Amino acid sequence: MDAKVTVNGQTYERDVEPRKLLIHFLRDDLDLTGSHIGCDTGNCGACSVLVDGVLVKSCMMLAVQADGATIETVEGLAQDGELNTLQQSFSDHHALQCGYCTPGMLMSATALLRDNAHPSEDEIRKGIQGNICRCTGYVNIVEAIRAASA
Amino acid sequence: MTETTVTPERPLVVEESETRPGFIGQNVPRKEDKRLVQGEGVFFDDMKRHEMGFVHFVRSPYAHARIKGVDVSKALELDGVYGTLTGDEVAILTDPFFELSTPPGAHIKDYALAVGKVRHVGDPVAAVVARTRDLARDAAELVEVEYEPLPTVLDGEDALKDEVVLHDDAASNTVWSGTFDWGDFDAALADADHVVRIERLHFDRFSSTPLECSGCLVEFNRGTGQWTIYGNHQMPGVGAIWMAPALRVGLDKLRFVSQDIGGGFGNKITLHPQFTACCLLARKLNRPVQWTEWRTDQHTANTHGNERTFLDITVPVKADGTMLGFSVKAIDDCGAFPRYEPLGCIIWAQVTPGCYRWRNVRVDFTQVCTNKSPVAPNRGYSRMQHLWLTERIVDIVAAELGLDPIGVRKRNYVKRDEFPYETPNGCIYDSGDYARCLDIALELIGYDRLEDKRRDAESRGKLFGIGIGSTLDSGTNNFGQSMILNPELQFSGNNEVATVKLDIFGEVVVTLGTVPQGQGHETTTAQVVADILGCTPDDINVRAGHDTYWNSTAGFSGTYASQFAVTGLGAVKGAADKLAVEMKQLAAAVFGCSPDDIELAGSQARIKGNPEAALPFMALGAILNANNAGLPEDLDVTLNVRYVYRPPFQKPDLERKYGNLTLTYATQIHACAVEVDPETGVYEIVDYAAVDDCGNRIHPQIVEGQVHGATAQALGAATHEIFTYDEEGNLLTPNFYDYHVPHALDMPPMKNGFIESTSPFTPLGAKGMGEGGGAGIHAVCAALQNALGKRGEGPIVWRSCNPYHRVWEMLQQPADTRRLVSVESR
Repeated sequence: MDAKVTVNGQTYERDVEPRKLLIHFLRDDLDLTGSHIGCDTGNCGACSVLVDGVLVKSCMMLAVQADGATIETVEGLAQDGELNTLQQSFSDHHALQCGYCTPGMLMSATALLRDNAHPSEDEIRKGIQGNICRCTGYVNIVEAIRAASA
Repeated sequence: MTETTVTPERPLVVEESETRPGFIGQNVPRKEDKRLVQGEGVFFDDMKRHEMGFVHFVRSPYAHARIKGVDVSKALELDGVYGTLTGDEVAILTDPFFELSTPPGAHIKDYALAVGKVRHVGDPVAAVVARTRDLARDAAELVEVEYEPLPTVLDGEDALKDEVVLHDDAASNTVWSGTFDWGDFDAALADADHVVRIERLHFDRFSSTPLECSGCLVEFNRGTGQWTIYGNHQMPGVGAIWMAPALRVGLDKLRFVSQDIGGGFGNKITLHPQFTACCLLARKLNRPVQWTEWRTDQHTANTHGNERTFLDITVPVKADGTMLGFSVKAIDDCGAFPRYEPLGCIIWAQVTPGCYRWRNVRVDFTQVCTNKSPVAPNRGYSRMQHLWLTERIVDIVAAELGLDPIGVRKRNYVKRDEFPYETPNGCIYDSGDYARCLDIALELIGYDRLEDKRRDAESRGKLFGIGIGSTLDSGTNNFGQSMILNPELQFSGNNEVATVKLDIFGEVVVTLGTVPQGQGHETTTAQVVADILGCTPDDINVRAGHDTYWNSTAGFSGTYASQFAVTGLGAVKGAADKLAVEMKQLAAAVFGCSPDDIELAGSQARIKGNPEAALPFMALGAILNANNAGLPEDLDVTLNVRYVYRPPFQKPDLERKYGNLTLTYATQIHACAVEVDPETGVYEIVDYAAVDDCGNRIHPQIVEGQVHGATAQALGAATHEIFTYDEEGNLLTPNFYDYHVPHALDMPPMKNGFIESTSPFTPLGAKGMGEGGGAGIHAVCAALQNALGKRGEGPIVWRSCNPYHRVWEMLQQPADTRRLVSVESR
């Protein structure tokens, strides 16, 4: 089936198997390997992207369902090689260790801050509740998002 | 002791006034971050090769069965399938992996795929390679395997009976057993005023479940017979030692490459069976093959942490609360294959008396196989289980004798002025101040307001408890301990490599032997090198990741067992020191002065007291590498230095099972407060403090990050994470739905403190750290015990993982666990 998507401002059109997951489409067909896969069940959030502005776990969506959509992934956050405020805050506050959950975490935080520019700590924790991190205990991730929203 | 600081508010971005001279000790920006926050890291699954095939393993649905036949013909007929591999082929093409244990474990035959029998659900029986991941999975469904189911054994104690035996060649489920007897336990027993007996404690199965699953991309070079394995093995030196003989090739035929790895925690140390299968497939099919483990496969068939049952614990105690030691019978359940695990039979002995001055310890240790997933080192490996035992002992003894758990700890802790402290089995605790760490933890948690908090909780109908977890993170192994397990093994000491060079344009390039998975090695390496060469971390290019063909690896290279700050940075320091000498020699030759007159500063080599006479690094690099005519013939410099750091170890005394088994001992003291709903067993961690002492901190942010992460893993293990099996050996928690790891809302507020007790034994005064999270398990168990039980009544917290339903059961039937403990007072 045909799938035409715009990812980070660039339009791609590919023939895809109907069963192909959006995350596999992004990673394997479009070579956008920033979004990761940490589970088979939609729990971990490493594959989180924004589809038409809505936060989506891209392993829970078929590529063909995204036909016509505008997608934002971690690769689109920095502009001209400059980290955005949230990315810089993650680095400043040591909110990442192995970096595997980070792309999904950044996309969830991006969605959160668009909805709520000044979230409370509890709102931040709710905002990243769908993202698992095994390295940081979330302490510095919460702090980084808080600082980026200040 | 250099500094004592409490940081309840955690100012992570350090103010300038807090920094020390030089870059060591500062929170410099992590070099790794820029690529990782942009999704530009390279993890193995991000790599592609032309015409590569995807591997899917066909796995056993039975916990124990004889394989009657494997038919791959229908799978091969599917369009897009490139080929298959079966156990029969593996048995012909490879030799079994070597076993670490003496008999019976030595006789176990372990291959890349199941041969003859399957021994746990998920045991790989065959592998299929196809054009896409989905096709490979489709084809795997078409592989027909005929099984003859066999009875199973799923419990360590049952396995000891050998009624059902997993490995026919070993003729027993016992892998290894031995008795450790230090001091004079019988005399201690005779000398005791009280003897506390605990019938049973059980440390549950869990794992750190790194978010990135295991895997590799393997290419085979037919012309040279060499494999390149782009994968996430975290200890490739040892992986190669397993794989090369099995594949009947030399070590150099296996090239391991990794850049970024999505967490390891020890769970990626025993990937040799899967990687070997992929090597065979790449050779057989003459194409690159790629294997990415599914999450369900990681949970069912990769590695778990050791499950350990402690029986007949006997603790002699003096009237004043001084404990004289303990005796215990430990049964360690390593699942279907021991692999790395026999080492776990010894590694706990690094911390034999825990944090305590106990001189009489007797341990009867047996490791057995069961029809469950194999186990492997898991953050805190083997010591965590043992330290949980020591902490349960302290808290149960305190509760049963009516002693204050704080006071008992302080009475029994090794004292600050006793370091370096030799344990009964010859280990040297290098430095520390456990009582001070405990005081800081108590201060952070507001212990002076304990009774107010208790009254407040009780007024809301809750049970309140507070608990301490004291733990040691022993780092930098002396692999000579493996000889206590098996005197035939030719392993001892330890080593790590770094290579530092000054290149033609003045670029300082560092190549490590380690295999980082998020620990920030690039950053801390640059700090150390910058301080030695007189430049900034920005001037240092630390190559990302690991490649055995960089010629910067040694026998024990890898990232494991809390040692980078000692072995990794020890190698970096050694190499940078030598490079500095060479740079001074070269500059002296150019200036016609003595090397002693040269100093390195401001990214230059210059004559002391004459800043005008300076050679920038670029000039030095260019002169030696490209413009060297006229240099003195006897100037023996290469500006490319490889250094192997080797810690000062001796082989242990095998007869007495005695010797120094690790170089450093970081300390973690945690304190925790819980409120329990007596009607439901639901509890909440309402306050939490973690105090860390890892000697000199190279990068405080990274240290704190390790503390946070290890604590989160411990709290998960204490409250929810458990690999539960049904009666047929099916794993009931095979994914993140059923196996609940902490999410952001699950984490309690965490307060952190630290002290720095400089290690007298290490190049930078630092200690390896990162595995101290076990303290969280101990602290939660202690807090629950404090909330649920009173002296001589109420339940006994006897398992390491206590989900709400277990707490409810303990509240409903306190006698069931109460009977596990008895006290004999004389």
